[in-house]
Amino acid sequence: MAVGNLGYDRADLDDIPGTTIFTVASSRRAYHLHRFCMSLMKADNRPAFKADEAGYLARFGMTDEQNSAVQARDYNRLIALGGNVYFLIKIASCDGISAAQAVSTMTDLSTEDYTAMMLAGGRSPEGVRSISGRF
Amino acid sequence: MARITAGVATSHVPAIGAAMDLMKTQEPYWSPLFDGYEKSRAWQKDAKPDVVILVFNDHATSLMLEVVPTFAIGCAEHYRPADEGWGARPVPVVQGDPELAAHIAENLIIDEFDMTILNDMDVDHGMTVPLSLLFGEVDQWPTRVIPVLVNVTQFPPPSGDRCWRLGEAIGRAVASFPEDLNVQVWGTGGMSHQLQGKRAGLINKPFDQDFLEKLTSDPQSLRKLTHYDYLREAGSEGIELIMWLVMRGALGADVNEVHRFYHVPASNTAVGHIVLEAA
Repeated sequence: MAVGNLGYDRADLDDIPGTTIFTVASSRRAYHLHRFCMSLMKADNRPAFKADEAGYLARFGMTDEQNSAVQARDYNRLIALGGNVYFLIKIASCDGISAAQAVSTMTDLSTEDYTAMMLAGGRSPEGVRSISGRF
Repeated sequence: MARITAGVATSHVPAIGAAMDLMKTQEPYWSPLFDGYEKSRAWQKDAKPDVVILVFNDHATSLMLEVVPTFAIGCAEHYRPADEGWGARPVPVVQGDPELAAHIAENLIIDEFDMTILNDMDVDHGMTVPLSLLFGEVDQWPTRVIPVLVNVTQFPPPSGDRCWRLGEAIGRAVASFPEDLNVQVWGTGGMSHQLQGKRAGLINKPFDQDFLEKLTSDPQSLRKLTHYDYLREAGSEGIELIMWLVMRGALGADVNEVHRFYHVPASNTAVGHIVLEAA
């Protein structure tokens, strides 16, 4: 329970479909995963990671689940394991794919269909505002 | 006396910077977006700010891992464009204004905003994309810049109203600086976008356009929007819009709207832009 006055019920944030709230606790859970992600900001580290992903990841003390989710490029799983997209996107950059391509893999759409949806104005908020309220 | 003469708000999508750096601005995908900034670039040539106070969020570049300040201010002499994972952008180093920044930092803390002071920082697309959009391709940026950073990523970010009040305090701090300086405040980030999960790609055009309209017609009403409103309506990354309220709070009650622009999409994001002069 929140102590201060948020102006809304904290539980409402967990009622937004397909949306994970990145918290102080998730930041802690993903600390070593995020340390790995930020290591990819050094040019020399990018080819080192690509050349031997398992060996490179072993330096960071991540959990086995985080480790295998990185190798699978399973971004939804990485977010469930505490990750935040601004760290994770550095993996996509290292792979040489665009942010839109990486983000599309978290949806039910192919990259082509996701790109077409964005060009057509994006995903409508209708029906994806509330799980419990179904609106 | 230093004066805040104008406020600018703009999205800071990294793909916009990449489009400029790779010379794709005239391609059909990008040209409508860059056309929307032509008027503002021309306006900036006359506006000639001495200093821009540029409000943005760090994207796991210099902050977010070891240190997560709610509000921070850069007091350095310069800021290098960061390597965010694909090489640093080929844009000029950003010149700071340590003297005015220190004055603002001191006054904000006395005004009960507990700022983190940053004396060394590389800056990411959150800062360099707005500079590129407003000033184009240049050998050096035509203004000094004071970075003001807001945590908008890790729950809980500050409320939109708290951001507005920070803006008001920045306004008071600038007005008490004795040197005659032309200062602009820029709020960056937004508009609606979500970069995670099955709802990724969310764009809420009615929300965005209402937000743009109210910056001029009814800014006080924007102070009431909660985190929940932003996350539900504008997406998990759309909450960056609270940084626009720092700008609007700093600008004072009366403004003249110079330019407004809205475009979908840039990559995953709705692009919004407004230029307001202090009346």
